[in-house]
This record gives sequence, structure tokens and C-alpha cells, in this order.
Amino acid sequence: MKLLTCPMNGPRNIDEFQSFGPVRARPDPNATADRDWSRHLFRAENRKGIVIEWWRHVPSNYFFLAERDLVSNEVIRTFDVSELPERA
Amino acid sequence: MPLRLLKYGLSRDYPVSGDIPATPELKPAYDVVIIGGGGHGLSCAHHLAKYHGIRSVAVLEKGYLAGGNTARNTTTIRSNYITAEGIAFYKEGVELFERLSQELDFNVMFSQRGQLTLAHTEATMRSFHMRAEMGKHLGTRTEVVDQKGVEELCPLLNMDYGGPLEILGGLWHADGGTARHDAVAWGYAAQASRRGVEIHQRTEVQGFEVVGDRVQAVKTNRGRVACGQVLIATGGMNYDVALMAGVELPIRCYPLQAMVTQPLKPWLDTLVSSVSLHTYLVQSSRGEVVIGGGSDPYQLYSTRSTLDMKEHLAKGAVHLFPFLQGVRLLRQWAGITDMTPDYSPIMGASPLANLWLDCGWGTWGFKATPVAGKRMAQTIAEGRVPDILKPFALERFETFRLLNEMGATAASH
Repeated sequence: MKLLTCPMNGPRNIDEFQSFGPVRARPDPNATADRDWSRHLFRAENRKGIVIEWWRHVPSNYFFLAERDLVSNEVIRTFDVSELPERA
Repeated sequence: MPLRLLKYGLSRDYPVSGDIPATPELKPAYDVVIIGGGGHGLSCAHHLAKYHGIRSVAVLEKGYLAGGNTARNTTTIRSNYITAEGIAFYKEGVELFERLSQELDFNVMFSQRGQLTLAHTEATMRSFHMRAEMGKHLGTRTEVVDQKGVEELCPLLNMDYGGPLEILGGLWHADGGTARHDAVAWGYAAQASRRGVEIHQRTEVQGFEVVGDRVQAVKTNRGRVACGQVLIATGGMNYDVALMAGVELPIRCYPLQAMVTQPLKPWLDTLVSSVSLHTYLVQSSRGEVVIGGGSDPYQLYSTRSTLDMKEHLAKGAVHLFPFLQGVRLLRQWAGITDMTPDYSPIMGASPLANLWLDCGWGTWGFKATPVAGKRMAQTIAEGRVPDILKPFALERFETFRLLNEMGATAASH
């Protein structure tokens, strides 16, 4: 069974986690055309490479981030939302 | 007897038929270049050559013929979807399968044995009523059956009366069936190559030469190929290939895992699937029970298998048919599925004038092999998208006209 290291709970079974997909910049709701909204909603990062994505530890309902390689499935690191570069 | 057999084998009246010619030299130009030598690409090549007289066609395959998702799917053929557009399209697909062996002069072992989808909750029963009414309205054989009906259709099922996963009823789809996936691909390949289509295996597309709004040429590991029209039909690689042409598709890739048991005597004569258990079973003509339905819960470009997904599938299978416990698994595998946001495919035009898409086939592509090939060939030959494909256009995401098939697709085949 694969383990994922939760920044709050430590290494846990991957079954306890839920993936929410790659981090995306939120568009400005007041200045975004329909076309760009559809892009935001439906076009996700899917390149072969390393992505930063949202994960949730379901039992504790704790959201955090993971840097993961989409080809090798290697989790490079997991970190708290406060460490997200865009928000720092 | 052995002498007669030898005479037969060496007779000129029965020559050895090589179904698919070896990969020829790549020509500098073709009228149509099809990227992807899986079922869909080969089906399109066949229809172009046979029905539209377009024989200057090259099918480019990175690996070997039909070795991607055509080889990895679980061969479910059905049309019991939710939307009118989806049902109409898949219904044509089932009808083409009904005559496919004759069409290809090749036995694809189509077995229209019916598909039974099980409901363990009232909510699922309600969704089945909707699907049944939609199906009947569009002329498919789809009906809701009660517990007694389920028991009659599949007497060996564990009904779990009074238990947490009691089977409350089912959706019976008499049009549902299965076929031999390799035979489908090989039949199309043989027919297409007989009419002059060139199949280039181990030929990887590495880029596109785009001038203005047209693809001038496709760059491969074996050289440059100029093209009149291009079709992308590369299954799990659709996102990557389209991106090389500057087209960003609304696709995310997830592995889908499946497995087969050791061969058993024939005991399961329908396709059985359970929405709640995310498990479906079909017994192949070799007696192996094909167990499928495990989409990994996060994006990944890897065809590795995982123990937890196999455990999950085995648990579902043993719950439905408890006597399967102790049966050994023979093989297990995974394929990369190109999932769209609405669980419907993307077919038709791309932002480039001569680049066509047969993408977004996720976990539901095999059943559409004949119809997608037929309709994409028509699109390429006529240079316009036929009405039946229009709802599946890439633009639907920009106009928010999604075709939501999630309830009829996701791991519920």
C-alpha cells in the first residue's frame, strides 16, 4: 500500500487521501470572459511532468499541497497551504 | 490424416494469408495521415478506403498495432447512456458491431449477450428509470428489472437480501455485448491494407509543421510526411499529441486497471456491472472472467498496477459472486485513459483547418471503434462534421453545452 506524508498527520495510507487536481490561479470573477471561465473550469494541467496539486486528508478534512511527478508517481514533497509560493 | 493435412497446408489453393503487410518505406506525402494505430485509427482508415475512395492514407503507430487502449479495455459494447446525443451515437456503434464480422470478413466474435447493471440504492434505481426511458425513446433495448428479474437473468448473483448491498433491481440492456478486441483491430487493419492503406508501426510522431491554420507536415522519427488531412486518435496520448500542434484539450489522464481470472467453465452469460461497487464482470470466450472498473483516483501517466486497486476489484467481484473466492488471477494490467470533464468524447474539428480530433475516449472508447471510425472518415472525406457528431465538438466546453454521461460511464460499464 502506498503511503502519503500528510504535513499534519504524518505518513498515512493513500486510501485516506483525496486528490483535488493541480493548483490553478483563480480568475478575477469581475473581469473574466466566458471563454476564460470555461478554460479555468475544464482545462486542467495534464503535461507529463511535475505538478503541484491539492490533496485532502479525508478523516481530518485537512487540505494541503503535494508536488508530484505525473509520470513516475513520485511524491517530491508535501506542504501546508501557507507555504504555497503564490500566497507567500 | 497427417498427409492430407500436409497437402492442404502446402496447396496453392489455400495460400498462407499475411493479414497485415510489414511496415513499408514512408512516402513524402499522403492525402490523410492518421496518428494512432489502434482500433479507432484503423477503423477510420478502413472507412476512408472502402467508402470514400481515399487510399493515400498512412496510419502512424508509435508502438505496435493495437497495443494501447485497444488491447487494454474490457470490451464492453452498449448504448445505454443518458443523453439523447450520446445514445443516438452509441446505438449506431452497436448496430455496426452487429454486422462487423461480415463487414470485415473476419470473425470478431461479437456476442450480444446483454448487459445487466445492478442497483443497490433507490437513487440508482431512479437513474435507471431515466436511462431506460431515454433508451426506449431512441429505439434501444433498455429496461428496468426488479429483484425477480435480476435473479432470472443472472441466477448465480448474490442478491444480499437484507444486507447493506442488497440488489434492488437492475438495468437490463439486451443490446449490450462484447467482442474480441484484437480481432476488431486486426480486421480493420487487414481490410484497410488490402485497399492500399499503409500501416507504419514503430513510427512516432514528434511534432507538426503548422503554417497559418493548417498542418503542412507531420514530423516523425522516420522522417517528415506532408499531409492533406490529419486525424489524432492516440487514446491516452491524445493530450500530448494535440499539444504538439498547439491544441490544448480539456483532458486529464488517469490509469484504468483491470484483470482476468484463470479460465473457468462457462457460467456467466451476461455482462454484469455494479455502480456502487465500481466493478464489472464478463466471461470471455476463453472462460476467463474479465474484471474491470478501477480508475486510479489521481492523475498519472503510468500503466503500473497497484495492489489496492486489484483488492478493490476482487472484493467487488467476490461480493457479487462469492464462489469466485479462491479463483486465481491470471493477468492484470492498466491503460492510460484520456478523461474529459463530461465523460463524453471530443470528435470533429480542431482550431486548425485540416487537423481532426477523435479524442477524449476515456474509459468508453472500444464500443465506438466502428462508429467513430465511420463518422470521422466521413468528416475527413467531406470536410465537414456530420450532424451526429456535432454535439461532441471541442467548442462545447466554451459554450457550456456539456454532454454529461458521468452516471452512465464512470466505472459502471
